[in-house]
Amino acid sequence: MHICKKLEIKNLHVNVEGKEILKGVNLVINTGEVHALMGPNGSGKSTLATSLFGHPNYEITQGEVLLDGEDILEMDVDERARKGMFLAFQYPSEIPGVSVVNFLRMASKARLSSNGGEGMSAREFRKILKEKVALLKMDESFLSRSLNEGFSGGEKKRMEILQMNMLQPNIAVLDETDSGLDVDALKNVSEGVNQLVGENFGALIITHYQRILNYIKPEFVHIMVDGRIANSGGLELVEKIEAEGYDWLVNSPVASAV
Amino acid sequence: MPTSEQEQLNLDEYKYGFKDPENYVFKPQKGLNTEIIRTISEMKKEPEWMLKFRLKAYDMFLKRPMPNWGGFLGDLDLANIYYYIKPAEKESRSWDDVPDDIKKTFDRLGIPEAERKFLAGVGAQYESEMVYHSIIEELEQKGVIFISSDDGLKKHPELFKKYFGTVVPIGDNKFSAINSVAWSGGSFVYVPPGVKVEMPLQAYFRLNSENSGQFERTLIIADEGSEVNYVEGCTAPTYSSDSFHSGVIEIIVKKGARVRYTTIQNWSNNVYNLVTQRALVEEDGTMEWIDANIGSKLTMKYPSCYLVGKGARGDILSLAFASKNQHQDTGGKMIHAAPHTSSTIISKSISKNGGRSSYRGQVKVHPGCKGVKSSVVCDALLMDDYSRSDTYPYIEVDEPNSSIGHEATVSKVNEEQVFYLMSRGLSEDEATGLIVKGFLEPMIKQLPMEYAIELNRLIELEMEGSIG
Repeated sequence: MHICKKLEIKNLHVNVEGKEILKGVNLVINTGEVHALMGPNGSGKSTLATSLFGHPNYEITQGEVLLDGEDILEMDVDERARKGMFLAFQYPSEIPGVSVVNFLRMASKARLSSNGGEGMSAREFRKILKEKVALLKMDESFLSRSLNEGFSGGEKKRMEILQMNMLQPNIAVLDETDSGLDVDALKNVSEGVNQLVGENFGALIITHYQRILNYIKPEFVHIMVDGRIANSGGLELVEKIEAEGYDWLVNSPVASAV
Repeated sequence: MPTSEQEQLNLDEYKYGFKDPENYVFKPQKGLNTEIIRTISEMKKEPEWMLKFRLKAYDMFLKRPMPNWGGFLGDLDLANIYYYIKPAEKESRSWDDVPDDIKKTFDRLGIPEAERKFLAGVGAQYESEMVYHSIIEELEQKGVIFISSDDGLKKHPELFKKYFGTVVPIGDNKFSAINSVAWSGGSFVYVPPGVKVEMPLQAYFRLNSENSGQFERTLIIADEGSEVNYVEGCTAPTYSSDSFHSGVIEIIVKKGARVRYTTIQNWSNNVYNLVTQRALVEEDGTMEWIDANIGSKLTMKYPSCYLVGKGARGDILSLAFASKNQHQDTGGKMIHAAPHTSSTIISKSISKNGGRSSYRGQVKVHPGCKGVKSSVVCDALLMDDYSRSDTYPYIEVDEPNSSIGHEATVSKVNEEQVFYLMSRGLSEDEATGLIVKGFLEPMIKQLPMEYAIELNRLIELEMEGSIG
């Protein structure tokens, strides 16, 4: 299994349907670090998440994204995943007729065999899968259902985190995984993330709300405004935003100076 | 997951495109005339009534017009086809008796393997005669007949004559008429009252010899309260000029009986496959057609159920996969001619690389047939912008007290789904293949396991290199 250590985003500019959404994003995520990314609606947070993974509708016009020094913008989507990157989708696709267990087996083989590593036996796979399902307080019956088909919003989010736990990525981006979750689901999902947090795991957690950050503690907090990181700091930034909103940033000299 | 063997295949060539040297006992000239018909009948040592049947059918064939609907038949030259070829002197009962080169062909198709899996019986049609046919003793002891139709005519003349041509009348359509003229081979199955055949009866079909027509004629009679599951798989080698296949399948489902007829057809891209499949379903009987059509140049095939007894039920699961230069015009027909009959048609089609698949189906409810229920669901999946899918549903309901449903969807393989799966490490081909398999899953899970595996493998082959 390939293990990556550092994701560097340098002056990233991205157009969607001809319109510039990201206007020069700079960010470094190392394994072992948890970053939170906040910002008003439409500031470009989800665009950043999706462009890092090479969605065909997102056109990179400038900048670089390096994974351990290697340019990932030249890589296919699947290669990025096999190198250890993971995106928890805000709106995961439904794949009718493909069972969760079969899909996870395929994806896990693809991940484990990167760098010519050994796959795991079917028995081992099932054992680990059952542990992760229990960890996320999911029902095992989910495993034989079609992937995301007919799942509630909360179930889809749990499924994303289950996949993340099975694939053991090194750099994960969670795109509003917390939205639409009730308190219990939020706790379970957070627990699923915290299980991974460690020296081989770094995360960028995109969120609108403070509440997920009560369960997953980021060391770094970034605020995105109008396609740029307008401010970076620690947890104190979150409190300030809860208290004052984003207005002070929108008009701040930092945002307009870049 | 492609195996190393599959990777070696040149995909421009048809998977089963190997060709045996021709070594046939008899080979008449091309085309049809009364002389050829008399020769066929004579060589088969048939009774007089069958010769008359063939000659009458020839008359009908001449009178019937070519269909002006469905697919394009303009390139089909019926005068340029061999209508009868006999590969070996007699049929074989055991594997050891099968001639070596024929055996090699079957080896490549996996027939012995299928038998090792203790299938109930194997009838394999090689060219126009049954060359290999075995039945396990248990079935014989139960009185089940599973032989070639030619043998059925000889060994069970009364039973055969009683039902032959009763479900698909002699001049039903142009192609059933050709079949009635030139029919050879196919299976004859009789299941006595109350007997349940647990293992599926299987027949493999294979065309060989350029321009050979194949006109198998299958007759299945499931007597009262009996059950049988018949499975047919077809593969054909690639040839330069067009081949023609026109089978007729007649099934009689007696009171309370249950028949499932499964076809997996994988013709090479030059075959015209124009087949008439029909079942007559009596009171409380159930008929299930599972019909998977892959390959061929043009397939026109609409398995039908004539629900003539109260409480009779018909189900059709239809799968079509149309690729470049292929047209699958398939669907089904449900004729409700008795009260409280019910039917479902589920059709799934995939079109790629400019292929065209059409669903054509008919549901008819006769007046006075109260309490009829019917549901039709057609889902089409388009792999690209150049492929095509059409739906032609014909619904004719002459009884207000009935419940009829029809749903149709057309979807394109969705970029978001592909992106999602690729973001988990699957290649683009794997992602697309998985979406297609998922689309077909409701159908594939109905198949016996070895067929499900085979079908999955065929679809993987069809899918390879379909991107970009």
